[in-house]
Order: sequence, then structure tokens, then C-alpha cells
Amino acid sequence: MHPAFSVIFFTVTSGLGYGLMTLMVIAYLTGFGGVTEQSALIAGVAALVFITLGLLSSTLHLANPKNAIRAFSRFRTSWLSREGVFAVLFYPFALMFLFCIWKISTGEHEMGMGGIVAGIIAAILAMVTIFSTGMIYACLKTIRQWNTALTPANYMTLGLMLGALFLAAIQATAETLTLAMALIAFAGVMKLMYYAWIAEPAGSTINSATGFTNDKVRILEPGHTADTFLNHEFGHTVLPSKSFMLRSLVFILGFIIPFILVMMGKENMILIYAAVISAYAGILVERWLFFAEARHVVNLYHGAQRT
Amino acid sequence: MKLGLVIDLDVCVGCHACAVACKQWNTSGTTGALSDYEPYGKQPSGVWFNRVRNFEVGDYPNNKTINFPMSCMHCEDAACVTVCPTGASYKREEDGVVLVDQDKCMGCNYCSWACPYGARELDKVSGTMKKCTLCIDRIYDQELAPEDRQPSCVITCPAHARHFGDFEDPNSNVSTLVRERGGRALMPELGYNPTNKYLPPRVARPVPTDDVKMDLVSKVKNWVNKAISK
Repeated sequence: MHPAFSVIFFTVTSGLGYGLMTLMVIAYLTGFGGVTEQSALIAGVAALVFITLGLLSSTLHLANPKNAIRAFSRFRTSWLSREGVFAVLFYPFALMFLFCIWKISTGEHEMGMGGIVAGIIAAILAMVTIFSTGMIYACLKTIRQWNTALTPANYMTLGLMLGALFLAAIQATAETLTLAMALIAFAGVMKLMYYAWIAEPAGSTINSATGFTNDKVRILEPGHTADTFLNHEFGHTVLPSKSFMLRSLVFILGFIIPFILVMMGKENMILIYAAVISAYAGILVERWLFFAEARHVVNLYHGAQRT
Repeated sequence: MKLGLVIDLDVCVGCHACAVACKQWNTSGTTGALSDYEPYGKQPSGVWFNRVRNFEVGDYPNNKTINFPMSCMHCEDAACVTVCPTGASYKREEDGVVLVDQDKCMGCNYCSWACPYGARELDKVSGTMKKCTLCIDRIYDQELAPEDRQPSCVITCPAHARHFGDFEDPNSNVSTLVRERGGRALMPELGYNPTNKYLPPRVARPVPTDDVKMDLVSKVKNWVNKAISK
């Protein structure tokens, strides 16, 4: 698949935002990690900025954005529509919760039932939105590398991992640092499972694509002389050597370096900031690979023997 | 009704006439124009509803060239319609034709990801998704003679490799062909139940091309040819 930068930036950045918001709400309401009102406000505003930047970026890949408003209309069948609806529903609850915290920080109010409920709904909607983003890809039977429950699982764990790192960078306590390390380890294992899963050949072949299931089938001509929409959108391939190098980069930048930096960074905030940047860069590479390594079955009509 | 096409892989000669006729009709049809990018440049490209590929099936001497035209299969369980967030993609209740409402499409490409057959192509000029309409603007046109109320590709095909009809009627031309010739769907394992069917080539003895034993007439001809060339 063609790795469109707008979609890569969107999924990673809004994933970070939703993960951060969810963890901040849980941490603040349960008193985990001693998250203060001020830290919660910073985390909440930062999360909203990331989410908004991501959503704006996602509209950049539309060829006809004037009809984008219609994307909320097919909630019953389309995961893309569901993602849009949940993403918009999230805002009022998140803003209400942040407003409550702001009121508390000025000493005017205490956290009431309404604020708690708004926070919990915002946290749930954040997770549901990341889940929907994952399901956009996971529901496609045409791309076997995506058509697995590991896809939404990866989206959610990676969002939470980046969120935990960012929260630790805002308020570095023993608890938030431990949470970040635990989520880095968990997300790393999930990503390993994903790579192991997609390594197995499976699904449609050139034989089932052409209906000739008893004989060897080879392409003679793909029927076009220059680039087509189909080549551009689906023809992207990654060489095995390059894939190995980039996957190593994902694990080094995305998981190993941040884990070590957080482990050493109790007294030194610079190390935590570096961990956030390294993890973010690593997950950008991860998302690029997620798209670039996905092999659509239409490639079978352009000569691929299997996907 | 369940309208669709049957494509006879036994007789398709791979001339691309269906693809060209499709482009000619539909560029001024309901979802036209079918934009071209640099049509006279070094890398001419553009939107096509129908593309013809060529495959080799089997190993020599039992091999065969298969010309393989592909357009929208008008699937019964069309994933492209399910995933569309705007409702631009829809499947008609009355005849099962899958269409894109050009006024609603936002050009997100998602339906083209869901389609296993590469039937959908984004038009960079209009920014909307375009696909085979089964010549919806021909097949119901009362101004046309009844025999002309068929998709452009079907009428054009010089080899009669393409047939149009109603798959719901067990006695229609397409249903009969599928029944008698063992018509099959592409990638049935994905479960989209494509309406269009492909007829496999008839079984035929391979024609020898080398080590051929010559009959008497050929031997005499060969001898005469050699004698003259000396």
C-alpha cells in the first residue's frame, strides 16, 4: 500500500493524544502517580492539540474534502464513519472534564459527579476512537496483513504507550515512569507478535484470483504501459533487507531506547524528553511500515503469486 | 434482477476493444469524464473502468495464453459499499448494480482498498471515485433499439466473449452459459459473491509446435523449396 504521510502522521499523533487523555483521566481520578491539577491540565490541552492536528491532517488525504461532512452519515456500516463520529463526540466530554479541573485548580470548586462522569466518558471515547481507527484497516479482507485483531490491538497499545511516555514527561514520578516502562514492554511484545503473524503466507493467490486452481499461472502483461491508480495505490513493496532494517529501527527507536532512557531518567528530565521524541520517531517508522508492507490482493492481477 | 456479465476466457482474444469502447462511452456518461493525465506525454495514464491483463496458464506444451478483462463484478456482498463513510457508494435494490454518487464522494480511497478486483479508480481531476456503471445509461435507454440496450463492452466485443444478462433468471443467456460451461467467480474465498462470472477455456489437445512429423505433401513442398533456393 502507498504510505501516505498525512495518514501516518494522523494515526500516530492522534493515537498519542487519545492515549494521553485516557491515562491522564484515569491517573487524575484515581490519584495514580500524584498527578496534580496543573499537570492534568497540561496533559489534557496537549492531548487535544495532538488529536486536533491529527484529525486536520487526516482530511489532507481526501481528494474531494468539500464532501467530508458526509463522512458521519454511515455510522451503521463503516468504521471510517464511526471513527469520525467518536472523534467528534469525544470533544465536549474532554473539554467538560478539563473545565472541571481548571475550576478545581483555581480553588472555586471540587470535583463533582458530573466531572467524573464526563472524564470517564472522554477516556472511553478516546479508546473507542483508536479502536475504530484500527478497525478501519482490520476489517479489510483484501489485505491479509491488516485483517487481524492484532491491528486494533497494536493501535491501542501504541497510543497508550506514547501517552504514558508523554504523561511521564509532564509529571515524572516513580509510578508514571513505571507505567511508561510497562506499556513500552507490552507494546513491544504486541508488535513482535504482529510481525510474527504476518510472516506466515496466507490468503488469496494468483490461482484463486484468476480461477485457474490446478495449474501454474504467470503474468504475461499487466495491460498498462504507464503508471495507473492501482499501481500507485497498491503497488508499493518493501525489499526484505530494507524491511528488516526498518523493523530493527522500530524496535530500537520505538521501544528499546525509550525504555532505557526512562529507566535511567528518574532525576534527569532531559532523558525523558528524549525518550518521548525517540518513541514518537520509532512509531512513525512503525506506521510507515504498517502501510508499506501491506499487500493488497489486486497485486495478484499484476503478477504477484501471493500476498 | 441481478444484472452482470459473463466473460468467456475461451474466446477472448485480448484486443482491448471492450476497454476502449467502455472508455469512449463512459467518458460522456453518467460518471464521466474519465480523465486522462498527460495523454500525449511520455507516461500517458488515466481512469479506466475495464482493464485487460494477460496470463500464461500451465506449463509447456499444455500451456495457454489467457486474456483476462476485468471490470466491476457488482458483488452481492459489496464491501466497497459497506465501508463507504459518506454513502456515495451504493448498490441498487432493483438490479444489483453498484454505483458511486459523484455528488457525495469525498475521495478518501477507502472503497478502492476494500475492492479485491481493482475495479475502482480515483479520478484526480474531479477528486471522486469512479467505476463501471454496467452502462446504466444504455441498458434502460428506451430510445435505443432493444439489441443496443447492453453495456458498450458487450456490444463491441468482436469475439463475442462478453455476455450481459440477468443472473436471477435461471433461463437467461448468462445463467445458461454459467451452468453449461462451469462459470466461476474470482477469489470466492473473500466472500463478496461477485455477480460476474468467467467461463474457463474448453479442454483441447495441445497443438504441437516442434518435433512435428511431416506428412508427404509437406515433405514434397520442403524438397521443392530447397531445390529452388539452390
